[in-house]
Amino acid sequence: MAAMTKALPRRLVGLASLRAVSTSSMDTLPKQVKIVEVGPRDGLQNEKNIVSTPVKIKLIDMLSEAGLSVIEATSFVSPKWVPQMADHAEVLKGIQKFPGITYPVLIPNLKGFEAAVAAGAKEVSIFGAASELFTKKNINCSIEESFQRFDAILKAAQSANISVRGYVSCVLGCPYEGKISPAKVAEVTKKFYSMGCYEISLGDTIGVGTPGIMKDMLSAVMQEVPPAALAVHCHDTYGQALANTLMALQMGVSVVDSSVAGLGGCPYAQGASGNLATEDLVYMLEGLGIHTDSPLLSHLGERSVDPQIPSFQLQDKWN
Amino acid sequence: MGNVPSAVKHCLSYQQLLREHLWIGDSVAGALDPAQETSQLSGLPEFVKIVEVGPRDGLQNEKVIVPTDIKIEFINRLSQTGLSVIEVTSFVSSRWVPQMADHTEVMKGIHQYPGVRYPVLTPNLQGFHRAVAAGATEISVFGAASESFSKKNINCSIEESMGKFEEVVKSARHMNIPARGYVSCALGCPYEGIITPQKVTEVSKRLYSMGCYEISLGDTIGVGTPGSMKRMLESVMKEIPLGALAVHCHDTYGQALANILTALQMGINVVDSAVSGLGGCPYAKGASGNVATEDLIYMLNGLGLNTGVNLYKVMEAGDFICKAVNKTTNSKVAQASFNA
Repeated sequence: MAAMTKALPRRLVGLASLRAVSTSSMDTLPKQVKIVEVGPRDGLQNEKNIVSTPVKIKLIDMLSEAGLSVIEATSFVSPKWVPQMADHAEVLKGIQKFPGITYPVLIPNLKGFEAAVAAGAKEVSIFGAASELFTKKNINCSIEESFQRFDAILKAAQSANISVRGYVSCVLGCPYEGKISPAKVAEVTKKFYSMGCYEISLGDTIGVGTPGIMKDMLSAVMQEVPPAALAVHCHDTYGQALANTLMALQMGVSVVDSSVAGLGGCPYAQGASGNLATEDLVYMLEGLGIHTDSPLLSHLGERSVDPQIPSFQLQDKWN
Repeated sequence: MGNVPSAVKHCLSYQQLLREHLWIGDSVAGALDPAQETSQLSGLPEFVKIVEVGPRDGLQNEKVIVPTDIKIEFINRLSQTGLSVIEVTSFVSSRWVPQMADHTEVMKGIHQYPGVRYPVLTPNLQGFHRAVAAGATEISVFGAASESFSKKNINCSIEESMGKFEEVVKSARHMNIPARGYVSCALGCPYEGIITPQKVTEVSKRLYSMGCYEISLGDTIGVGTPGSMKRMLESVMKEIPLGALAVHCHDTYGQALANILTALQMGINVVDSAVSGLGGCPYAKGASGNVATEDLIYMLNGLGLNTGVNLYKVMEAGDFICKAVNKTTNSKVAQASFNA
């Protein structure tokens, strides 16, 4: 065993640092958390089978009825790149738009933005990354060049009174570069915020992060951007999503992205699991006494910890 | 994620990523305060002991009866991963737990590696004697914080069960055999629902004072969340020293790692897990089982906490047992790495 421990590099911020974000922070957990449901977009996008338009619309309508307040509906990207999202306009036009619920859509460029607005979008999302290589491979330009593109979109969105959410991918690791520095994440996030994004979702795109790294990254970002403007978007590729999300909550983040049924795999790891499952997230939040936006969702969560319902009965309900 | 096309572009393979970047937090360029660095380096390494319960708690909940030689091979492989405690089997009546009917053969058949301990479950004095005769040098007793669960599980009240365990633990101590105590339903019971932290504390204290060196607090049906974990531990920690506590989390509702993180933040440094997340839950059809050792190690490694355990070897042992019982792994780490 001595040989084993010698071989392990020692991380510089260990258990002591964890305790610094101690259980006292359990008392400072947010009282309310906004869930951004990304199943219909991020989830489905990573599913192999092309889901028909009526099924997509039905899914989104059901999610609306479940009481989620933000449901990312689709992506106005070229069908050449993402065939799953080819029906973006029909989906956005076909869904029921409940009052009090927003239906943001992804847009990669100005053309996508215009198509989205024409199809009725009132909120859009743009995607950046904290990794140069990922940006290059993903959207074929550098991070700096991507900002120029986004700037044009943000200006157009501002004129049209359309809110813009920013995503930063690879915040806890990149499939190409490996380690990503918290400073880089902070830099990109700050840029998005200053350009006009009302919220920035920090994505552990390949799910490699663990709670300590989440903490380090958020510490750096929170020095530049107010916590209220931040969200976390954790993938469960290595089973770390909920633990990472808990750490983010302890750090003061109160917006969490998740995907119903944990939809979506990971294009970088065949067979891997996808997004954090909304159900598992709601279960934890309810268990912590944290309100999610909707009474219906709360009720769902309550049932899962209702002492009158033994767990095996609950399971049968889902079967 | 952004507009990622379905074709995978050239990038680090996951195997590479795991090998080279598992300790991702280790030396994040320029992000750490030099003063912090110095103070951390001067301390002792933080260590978390993993108690591997796959061969017992895991297999016990698997439908397929695993042949004895497979169990032995499985345990032998686990012995070579760096794990220091591997719960081997249960000396319980085969009428109740057919999977564990071969307890004696397994106990005698495994290779007992130096530096590794092989506790076995012993529900009563009879089981204890059999275990010792078969070569056991450490035993465990299983209590519960719920009267109903105790009645249904071992057909007696908590008080009666404590009487039986006391006999076992006293005999064990007499023979210099360490005894570990488990408290089931620490965060909820399939029959009673909510379990008070006070009850958990009371049962834990009984087991500790009768001589159990360590008490493993089990979220048997995985209903706990970080809040209930915290409340339960706060109560137990008033009566039992931190160093004598462990957590045993089931992942039935996906909460296991978040609950374990909470326990770590409170100072707990012994965690039970099962390779491949073996075992389902007899109270929730279709549910997942124990927290997967691979996923636990991944988190602990990322946190910079030493475990002494080689993740790759554990994954290989997991792959072996999953193939043997013909099931898919419940470990997300394994799923991401083994291109099933």
